[in-house]
Amino acid sequence: MNLTIVSGPPSSGKTSIILKTIDAFQRRGLSVGVVKFDCLHTDDDLRYKKAGIPVKKGLSGALCPDHFFASNIEDVVEWGKREGLNLLITESAGLCNRCSPYLMGIKGICVIDNLSGINTPKKIGPMLKSADIVVITKGDIVSQAEREVFASRVSTVNPRAMVLHVNGLSGQGAYELSTLLYDETQNLESVQGMKLRFPMPSAMCSYCLGETRIGESFQLGNTKKMVWEEDET
Amino acid sequence: MKQQTIGALINEYPFIIDFFQQNRLDVSGHENTTFAAFLAKLGEEELEDKAIDIQNLPGELESYITQMSDFLGIEKTNVVQSLIILPGQDKNGQAEDFEQLEIFPSQIVSIVGPTGSGKSRLLADIEWAAQGDTPTGRSIRINRSVPDSKWRYSPNNKLVAQLSQNMNFVMDISAGEFVKLHAESRMVQNPDEIAKEILESANRLAGEPFSSDTAVTNLSGGQSRALMIADTAILSSSPIVLIDEIENAGIDRRKALELLVSQDKIVLMATHDPLLALMADRRIVIRNGGIHAVLQTTPEEKDLLTDLDKIDAVMQNARQMLRMGDTLRREEIFA
Repeated sequence: MNLTIVSGPPSSGKTSIILKTIDAFQRRGLSVGVVKFDCLHTDDDLRYKKAGIPVKKGLSGALCPDHFFASNIEDVVEWGKREGLNLLITESAGLCNRCSPYLMGIKGICVIDNLSGINTPKKIGPMLKSADIVVITKGDIVSQAEREVFASRVSTVNPRAMVLHVNGLSGQGAYELSTLLYDETQNLESVQGMKLRFPMPSAMCSYCLGETRIGESFQLGNTKKMVWEEDET
Repeated sequence: MKQQTIGALINEYPFIIDFFQQNRLDVSGHENTTFAAFLAKLGEEELEDKAIDIQNLPGELESYITQMSDFLGIEKTNVVQSLIILPGQDKNGQAEDFEQLEIFPSQIVSIVGPTGSGKSRLLADIEWAAQGDTPTGRSIRINRSVPDSKWRYSPNNKLVAQLSQNMNFVMDISAGEFVKLHAESRMVQNPDEIAKEILESANRLAGEPFSSDTAVTNLSGGQSRALMIADTAILSSSPIVLIDEIENAGIDRRKALELLVSQDKIVLMATHDPLLALMADRRIVIRNGGIHAVLQTTPEEKDLLTDLDKIDAVMQNARQMLRMGDTLRREEIFA
């Protein structure tokens, strides 16, 4: 089985891109399944089901979704193997743009859209920076100039990544993406012992543990203060 | 490269300032140290706060420098002198009935066929420089040989620029700043001059003039299209331009095509407007996912184009008079 980890900001078009890409795989007779991670709610699993794709969803609820991903990915891979998949895709939304779910040695794809603005590549951290492939979506509704500026900013932040434009509506570029995701010779047995590409923040403060009161005396653990200098402009 | 100081690197490759900025690294005051030494000095807290990956950054800086140097270097030799499309098959596996289609810079080829007939697929085949490895089985040749893989994988070398009906500007800046921003991302030597040239060209295409201070989001439909076309013609890195229907309103479509062609672009144009379709010397007919035929525009059609132009001129004239607040009179409109 092959594994691909897809990540990207909410509403960037991850599900549409994955659906169009799986379409290309199905024509080749390969079986693909998806595990969708989200925080509070998602109906995307229904879109996969409707397309006849084996799907599971995981809602992290009160936990940070990327932490939740890391603690569940082993079982996810087990499920994929039980289903007899050729390719397993995990999809998760990066919520604070700080973490990334990519594992070393596993293909990582970041999906971002042209509408998010040209300063976005700078704002997104390891989720964009450590991806192998960056898929840019919604190119059909912005000007060619913005597409070019956006793509050049992406490759400034992540010069090693392959940058692809894929249209989630028409599917233009999805076939091409599919050729980059499946490697016949690769056979993943387990992800046990693998490592995250980038460590998650070492946040552990009283608010992580359910504190709701505001005030210095309630703040314990790893906290941080803004700098308020008099001459600051 | 590893031994050079940051200052020396900036001197040699001025574009890396952008790399530092986009990666949220403030190197000012550290010009006399190497990049690795600079990273080593960053405190653990800062590394975590800014999500900085010191292990990989030096390698990434190197990749960036190589990539940008390549990009700036090949720019000059990046010329596409010929595009050839070799046949594959349609959705039913029927072989496409043409030998090969070769298109040269400054040529316009129109594409006709019902919605969903496979125009996107044709375009994707060109964009991906297909080698019999896409669902249509078509192959693309650039300069009469198998294309370099850079056309597929390099972010700064895309074969096709696209102009479609529903494209908008989403940035909230003035037209002048917008064009300059694009020019800077392309690393052109004289962004101000290029910006001026683009705005002048765009104004020649637009029915109503606009200034460099106008916000791009405030441009009329015709003005935006004019700016997009002028910008793509003059500044886009892609040698092939695909146009998906240019609307008639507020823009001189003939001049727009002339501008693209004058910049040595290969122009593919999906349209059902006879004025545009007949301006091309050839047209691709798409049916059921395949290229059904490649037609030459006949002398009769070219002749017909003159008559159709006259009809169009009448409409344009009437539109212009309405815009000026005139009352339409038969003898003036048909003058």
